[in-house]
Amino acid sequence: MSEIIEGILKAIELIVTGNPTVVEITVRSLLISGTATFLSVIWSFPIAMLIGLKSFFGKRFLKGIFHALLGMPTVLLGLILYLIFAEGSILSALGILYNPIGMILGEAILVTPIVISLVISSVEAVDPEIKDLAKTLGASEFEASIAVVKESTGGILLAVIASFNRAIAELGIAMMLGGNIRHFTSVLTTTIALETGKGDLPLAIALGIILMLIVFSISLATNLLQRKQK
Amino acid sequence: MTCLIEFKKITRRFNERIALDNINLKIEEGEIFTLLGPNGSGKTTLLKIMASLIEPTSGEIYFGGVKVNARNKGQFRSDTTMVFQKTVLFNTTVYKNVVYGLNFRGLSNREIDERVRDALRHVKLEGYEKRVARKLSGGEQQRVSLARALALNTRLLLLDEPTANLDPRNMSIIEETISRVNRESGTTIVMATHNMFQAENITKRVALLIDGRLTKIGTPNEIFKEPSELKSFARLENVFSGVAEILNDGNSRIDIGNGVYIEASTEKFGEITVFVRPEDIILSKDMIVSSARNVFKGRIVGVSDMGSVVKLQVDVGKQFVVQITKRSFGEMQLNVGSEVFLAFKASSVHLV
Repeated sequence: MSEIIEGILKAIELIVTGNPTVVEITVRSLLISGTATFLSVIWSFPIAMLIGLKSFFGKRFLKGIFHALLGMPTVLLGLILYLIFAEGSILSALGILYNPIGMILGEAILVTPIVISLVISSVEAVDPEIKDLAKTLGASEFEASIAVVKESTGGILLAVIASFNRAIAELGIAMMLGGNIRHFTSVLTTTIALETGKGDLPLAIALGIILMLIVFSISLATNLLQRKQK
Repeated sequence: MTCLIEFKKITRRFNERIALDNINLKIEEGEIFTLLGPNGSGKTTLLKIMASLIEPTSGEIYFGGVKVNARNKGQFRSDTTMVFQKTVLFNTTVYKNVVYGLNFRGLSNREIDERVRDALRHVKLEGYEKRVARKLSGGEQQRVSLARALALNTRLLLLDEPTANLDPRNMSIIEETISRVNRESGTTIVMATHNMFQAENITKRVALLIDGRLTKIGTPNEIFKEPSELKSFARLENVFSGVAEILNDGNSRIDIGNGVYIEASTEKFGEITVFVRPEDIILSKDMIVSSARNVFKGRIVGVSDMGSVVKLQVDVGKQFVVQITKRSFGEMQLNVGSEVFLAFKASSVHLV
């Protein structure tokens, strides 16, 4: 017990003094997860808008697939991507295995179902008459769709935050595609796992506290923002 | 008068269901035209076709004498706007709601500000610009919807049940605004309603739409002469038939049965049918001395919650429907079985 308390105290010291290892890993985590979320939003958003705003045959089936993919184990996705990017496999020429780019791509794919499902839900939750209303006020089809997007801003923001939180807290893909290489691909989750295994509890706890702070403060900021919008 | 919009053999199907069947209709420029019909009769579909939100399955539409097609549809849409039955507001301030459509019309900021201010003044919502639209009362929200449509100053204004379930104050503000806009700006208004009193009050022509077909078009009097056609859907509360005799003071006294007599400001005698609007009846717990010629003691036999208003069925020998606000209902601590007094003026009794 005293070892844990000692670890927590040391961890606080590491954070407060701005320990270079802690700062480096934190910044890398934020960059990789932030870029992955951004990338995922770029390709997921148009897909979600199409599914959310249009009526077509197979829409429910497609939505069902994305909902099912929400439960995809990250280790399994990591394994699939590893097999695709590993030496001698179809995309090995890209050379992105054990590289931050591989981690970004993997995490972006991981959070895609989250972005798509949550954006679809928030767009579908908007009063269906909003689009017709915008048109009767003179908006074009595209401008009316923008009106729907504006109405679902809160839900879309939530989708982005949930995706970022998932990406930054994720271990399987970061470990399998990044390899936890020091000063290159080590991120918060992989370092916490490694340092705990090695018995260096203060560093693991310090990184754990930071991870928790990032996730909580982003969620809190989102809540405040949504309340302000209302 | 010139024809603003004309429907020629318009039919609209939704899969196998026919929502509108062979509609031929001409709306004159500058008139207020009412569509009266039960739920599901096709009123909203007809309005949405006029607003170019729905395509007809077959038939032709002419706007200002020009046939509407896919290419010029956008132009006609900008000459038309619609207020929906269910109040739909953007999740922002009153100002931003009203300004939304003006942003597409290439107006200067000053013009936009003026139009917003005028529109809010029309619906008696001056000073509400910065309020969050969705936090207003139901009636105020519907008035914001109307202001947003009025700000565009379109040639054709479509209103789908604009006063459904509103309290009398908001209802009268909306009705007044509709009449004033039509009178002052010459805006052509097509309004769908259940409310035959509204149709009678503010429109010149009424069309009966039953099961997707226009069964009758005429003046309110022509339509209301045969209330049997309206009974299935229209608000036909407090309609009584009886034998009238003329009194010395020039009013008529109508025996509506069960020992109940109504005095009306009319010099009719013999078999007549009259109605009294539920909102014109004053309800009290104690006998009040007033100028009302009709005062009855009765008992509440039914209560219906209509949102911001409550409708009470009161048995005075004949059953009357009385409409009061929910606040009054709460303050008077009324319930089924409560003994109450009803009072209404002879001038509130209308002939059918």
